[in-house]
Amino acid sequence: MRKASLLKEIKSKKVYYSMLIPFMLLFITFTVLPVVISFFLSFSTFDMLNPPRFAGLNNYISLFLHDDEFLIALRNTFVLAIIVGPISYFASFIFAWLINELPRKVRWLFTIIFYAPSISGSAFLLWILIFSGDYYGYLNGFLINLNIISEPIQWLRTPKYALPIIIIVQLWLSLGVSFLSFVAGLQTVDTVLYEAAAIDGIKNRWQELWYITLPQMKPQLMFGALMQITSSFGIASVSTALLGFPSVEYSGHTIVTHMMDFGPGSQRLELGYASAIATILFFIMIIANTLVQKVIRRVGT
Amino acid sequence: MEKKNIQELKLSLAKRKLVKRGKRGKKRISRSWQGDVVLIVFLLAFGAFSAYPLVFTIANAFKPLNEMFIFPPKLLPRNFTFDNFRDLFNLIGNTRIPLSKYFFNTIFITVLGVSGHVFIAALAAYPLAKHRFPGRSVINQLIVYSLMFSSVVTSISNYLIISKLGLIDSPWAIIIPSWGFTLGLFLMRQFMTTIPTELLEAAKMDGAGEYRTFFTVVMPLVKPAWLTVVILLFQQLWSTDGAGYIFKENLKPLSYALSQIVAGGIARTGTSAAVAFLMLLVPITVFIINQTKIIDTMAYSGIK
Repeated sequence: MRKASLLKEIKSKKVYYSMLIPFMLLFITFTVLPVVISFFLSFSTFDMLNPPRFAGLNNYISLFLHDDEFLIALRNTFVLAIIVGPISYFASFIFAWLINELPRKVRWLFTIIFYAPSISGSAFLLWILIFSGDYYGYLNGFLINLNIISEPIQWLRTPKYALPIIIIVQLWLSLGVSFLSFVAGLQTVDTVLYEAAAIDGIKNRWQELWYITLPQMKPQLMFGALMQITSSFGIASVSTALLGFPSVEYSGHTIVTHMMDFGPGSQRLELGYASAIATILFFIMIIANTLVQKVIRRVGT
Repeated sequence: MEKKNIQELKLSLAKRKLVKRGKRGKKRISRSWQGDVVLIVFLLAFGAFSAYPLVFTIANAFKPLNEMFIFPPKLLPRNFTFDNFRDLFNLIGNTRIPLSKYFFNTIFITVLGVSGHVFIAALAAYPLAKHRFPGRSVINQLIVYSLMFSSVVTSISNYLIISKLGLIDSPWAIIIPSWGFTLGLFLMRQFMTTIPTELLEAAKMDGAGEYRTFFTVVMPLVKPAWLTVVILLFQQLWSTDGAGYIFKENLKPLSYALSQIVAGGIARTGTSAAVAFLMLLVPITVFIINQTKIIDTMAYSGIK
């Protein structure tokens, strides 16, 4: 009986399904299906020439027990994500909040200045010139001029500088979609609320921020967290472009660069192994995001 | 009669927005001047950090070669020159495949990718935002979950799927997957929830079917949303180098050709600076022109 009425409802709304079909086909083919395929391939050995062979948990066991590079990559990825994720998230919010106070024209200009790096494509390659290891490297030139160092430092070839350099460049790139979302969200907070709060005894901008602005911004805060977490766990191109691939002593190695090392087009073509890495990263991202969403949902409640 | 009704609704919607804008910028009570000074200094310092590499990229493009190797380096060119651009065009004239071909390939990928995505995603976003039907909340939930992992996670299986579909070595290997850009669908859906239901009902009374309503009422109203999505996807496709998917030289996109020039080493420092400037110019210009509309859209990006 209920089944029949559901069918009837589906039939009467078929026009909506017809609108959904093209996108859903793409969504299933290029987003849902790949996650499923990766998951199953991660339990096999597969070199693309021969059909995949079942390998049980072998890939995962090798990753955690016999693959030192993976453990370095795992550690680096977490260090990067734990530093870049929160800092870029708070920076996106703080800058959006600060420029919200400014006159419209000035706010417009600052929005461009802060957002531009994230859409500037390959412009981050300029950082190679800044960190270049010879006398012409801008940072070396600057430090030698100030007599802080006497000899140029090989910034991009010294393992201990690898992660700090990735962090700086990644932070520079990180005021992206979530920053825009915050800028926009702040403009929709009803100004009447601020006036009412002032009458109710809110004394300074910090109280105003905590009691009025943040609770009003919750949806944007959640969206922004999603974007920053996802991108900070996926750091790869900055590392390979600046530090090379592989970087010296794997100092800039991340989960994604390790995956690329076994993926299509690589020397050590081993897709089952690469899929296991992808699956691990998938669960790391989903778990981190779900946890953070739960925390943010609590803001102001 | 009904048509007038829609016009009126649109007008009142526009007015409401104007009133909201007008209120902005009013100085609020809870501010101290010391706080304002700290704020400005803070913003200028970080603004400089953000802008410096970009200003340097732009300035370098107009420096003669000898100024690029001055020690210590100077930010602004002393002898302003267009030589780097002239060298770039000379270099282009000498390559086996003309640069215009690479340029055409990128335009082809970008235009078809972006326009196809906007159409397909908007069409799906409309029922997800404004209508109730079985399965809707499951799909909405799936879309949010898909924002929780980046496309690097799916890149390996995606490669297998794209090669199974026979798309390797064709621009469609980039174009078709870009149509399924979930962030684009998500932003459009969020923005569409703000369309007043009265408007859709008015169109229905007018005798318009769902498709006609979509094209004549919904699409014009959500222009800010699709402009935003255009920028985000444009940026991605514009800088694609087709690595791993396109191997035929005459099908490769611009970004690949330019990276080959940059790889030319010290002798090409001048031309690389010109290249970096050109690659930077396009997405930033597009963003500057559309900033106000993009901010309008992003206001509805939140997850409830």
